Amino acid sequence: MRLAFIAAGLVVGTSALADTPVLTVYTYDSFVSEWGPGPVVEAAFEETCGCDLQFVAAGDGAALLSRVRLEGERSEADIVLGLDTNLTAAAAETELFAPHGLTAPELDLPIAWDDPTFLPFDWGYFAFVHDAEKLPEPPTDFKALAKSDVSILIQDPRSSTPGLGLLMWVKAAYGDEAGAVWESLADNIVTVTPGWSEAYGLFLDGEADMVLSYTTSPAYHLIAEDDPTKGAVAFTEGNYLQVEVAGMLAGTDQPELAAQFLDFMLTDGFQGAIPTTNWMYPAKTPSGGLPEGFETLTIPEKALLLSSKDAAAVRDDAVREWQGALSQ
Amino acid sequence: MAGRAVPVIPGGAAGALVVGLTLGTLAAVALRADGPAALGPADWAAVRFTLVQAVLSAVLSVALAIPVARALARRRFPGRQALVTLMGAPFVLPVIVAILGLLAVFGRGGIVNQALAALELPPISIYGLHGVVLAHVFFNLPLCVRLLLQGWSDIPAERFRLAASLGMGPGEIRRQLETPMLRAVVPGALAVVFLICMTSFAVALTLGGGPRATTVELAIYQAFRFDFDLGRAALLGGLQMALTVAAGLLALWFARTPAFGAGLDRPPQRWDAAPGWDWVWIALAALFLLVPMAMVAIRGAEGIARLEAGVWSALAQSLAVALAATVLTLTLAVPLAIGARRVRGLDVVGYLPIAASALVLGTGLFILLFPFVDPGQLTLPVTALVNALLALPFAVRVLRPAVDTIEAAHGRLADSLGLTGWSRVRWLLLPRLRPALGFAAGLSAALAMGDLGVVTLFAPPDGGTLPLYIFRLMGSFQMEAAGGAAVILLAASLALFLTFDRWGRAGA
Repeated sequence: MRLAFIAAGLVVGTSALADTPVLTVYTYDSFVSEWGPGPVVEAAFEETCGCDLQFVAAGDGAALLSRVRLEGERSEADIVLGLDTNLTAAAAETELFAPHGLTAPELDLPIAWDDPTFLPFDWGYFAFVHDAEKLPEPPTDFKALAKSDVSILIQDPRSSTPGLGLLMWVKAAYGDEAGAVWESLADNIVTVTPGWSEAYGLFLDGEADMVLSYTTSPAYHLIAEDDPTKGAVAFTEGNYLQVEVAGMLAGTDQPELAAQFLDFMLTDGFQGAIPTTNWMYPAKTPSGGLPEGFETLTIPEKALLLSSKDAAAVRDDAVREWQGALSQ
Repeated sequence: MAGRAVPVIPGGAAGALVVGLTLGTLAAVALRADGPAALGPADWAAVRFTLVQAVLSAVLSVALAIPVARALARRRFPGRQALVTLMGAPFVLPVIVAILGLLAVFGRGGIVNQALAALELPPISIYGLHGVVLAHVFFNLPLCVRLLLQGWSDIPAERFRLAASLGMGPGEIRRQLETPMLRAVVPGALAVVFLICMTSFAVALTLGGGPRATTVELAIYQAFRFDFDLGRAALLGGLQMALTVAAGLLALWFARTPAFGAGLDRPPQRWDAAPGWDWVWIALAALFLLVPMAMVAIRGAEGIARLEAGVWSALAQSLAVALAATVLTLTLAVPLAIGARRVRGLDVVGYLPIAASALVLGTGLFILLFPFVDPGQLTLPVTALVNALLALPFAVRVLRPAVDTIEAAHGRLADSLGLTGWSRVRWLLLPRLRPALGFAAGLSAALAMGDLGVVTLFAPPDGGTLPLYIFRLMGSFQMEAAGGAAVILLAASLALFLTFDRWGRAGA
């Protein structure tokens, strides 16, 4: 009898040890790097959740979605973090995601948010970044840019989320005229890179006058490198928004923990890490406010954003239009 | 028939495994698709561009490699070996790092344009088809030079001695010795470069200047990531493979084994007067290949101080992957190269993996493994396997002519001694293959070190390999630290390559 008790105790003891619930979050590469928000977020969440938070990095936003689609309902992922609004319509269509069911706190986004499935964790304005010493007076809209001989680096919309963002930006600003705008921009484009890193690396090496990035990018140079020369340009057409979101998978085996994570995502423990690790605006400004230096950033007067449905609807034609205009 | 004497079953098994993995992954992707797929006009434009740039890159790389290799083959000077090794550096760097090195020379603010500006000449632009070809020549010239050098050193020293005693000048030596050798080696070299450039993705996209420069590999990437159209991805992957098989068969058709007869394995000594332009070729090639690498090293040196501890665990993972991949590559390549003596064309199977888009290969493996295990747990073994497959064409390319040369030289003696089967491999082939084995191992290891392909698909939970680490650094604004890590990667790749290559030559 006593032996049985001990045996039972042993079994319970070991299974309790093995039962630390694991929350698996799929996200993009730079999120989990030593410089990204991953390590900070993991430590903060594990302090309170009594769980093991595991980040799995899978390329960029588009790669994340295709990974989840490949895995289907049996995916290990509980949460996918790092899609943007250009991808959410396609993501929702897979029916792999579950409604978050949370009442989000009041968010600090330039737009209203009512998506039942995805919750934003950060956002930024796409913008062309330049070096104010080398290019003191950058063009301030697409038409002026096209007329000037200012050179730009952009990303391919087929392989990069900022690239797709720029495509949507021109589409949102010019609609049916977008093709003509791209044709006029063709001679300004030095090259089109597979992803953000390549374009930004080339820009820092002086390969072009401006690069497609975010209005928040100069904050990195200012805060981390004490270099105030980088600036971002507000365009008169408005700047397109990128809103990065997370969602819970319908097939999760940890629905409560996943909901707890989404809840935590909009608190200071997560949001406070965003500005100086992901170099974006937090979706909910932390109680301490934004870090010093962010007040110097350019704030566009107008925010452009196609709804996720519209973005999905125009995407394929917009890519064809872009490809046609730049292939001549 | 001397060919009968070597074992063919291991080669057959290796071939079957390679075919199974390359075609199996393709089939896995195709079967996972939702419906029939079709290729659009944009896909065909991609096929055209891919073919044009691959042919141009292959022809130029080999054409330039011939005079460089000839010069290196007939000149002996201190530091020659180090130069040959260093010149191979571009081949093993992650593409984006090498591109940044290239841009430091040919880019808008690069050395060339600074010089042009000083001379008040208009600047040149590297972006466009010519830039893509330039970069591909930069990556592949070293490999071609090495393959051709191998060809030169396979001409027995006695032939040069004989040529000298017959009073042959450089022109006569070229006709009698070098041209037959080149006829044997050049088709294979052309095929290898063509195949590498067929699957080009980042080079073509970054330097191509825009969507004109869309390659099939990018179209596959788009099908996977952007459209999630697995059927089209598989179709494009199959098309890419068909083109490769065609190129491989063509190379096989043209390749002729030179009939130099046996030699005593002495290091060749040359008596023919070498023209002075040898030095011009050597100097030009060294400048073209080494200056961009030097720029990577100089710029990266500052970044080393900014690196954190994570770089060392990434380096350790990369080394483990590289060594495992090397063992696997040789285990597959040696039986293929030997078995090809019996089954003509068996070595062409070794070309298949490079035709297989890394993306299709990785995704296919993912689909195959996912029902049974968590692919994330298998990241490193799978990366090693895929890297082994991707290095296989190079290893086979190096080993196959070497086996032929050995058989041509010593086959009859071995036959008369009744040396067959495994003993023939053990006593005749393997010892004499040592230089080729060392070179093939060095290539495989270095290639696996620098590869940033499949590892991103499987997304290791912690860390990952060094190239992935570099890529993540760049994604987090850490361009300088990335430069530092690139220097470490470059050094580690070269060290690995050197170690294996040295081991090979120690036996010669």
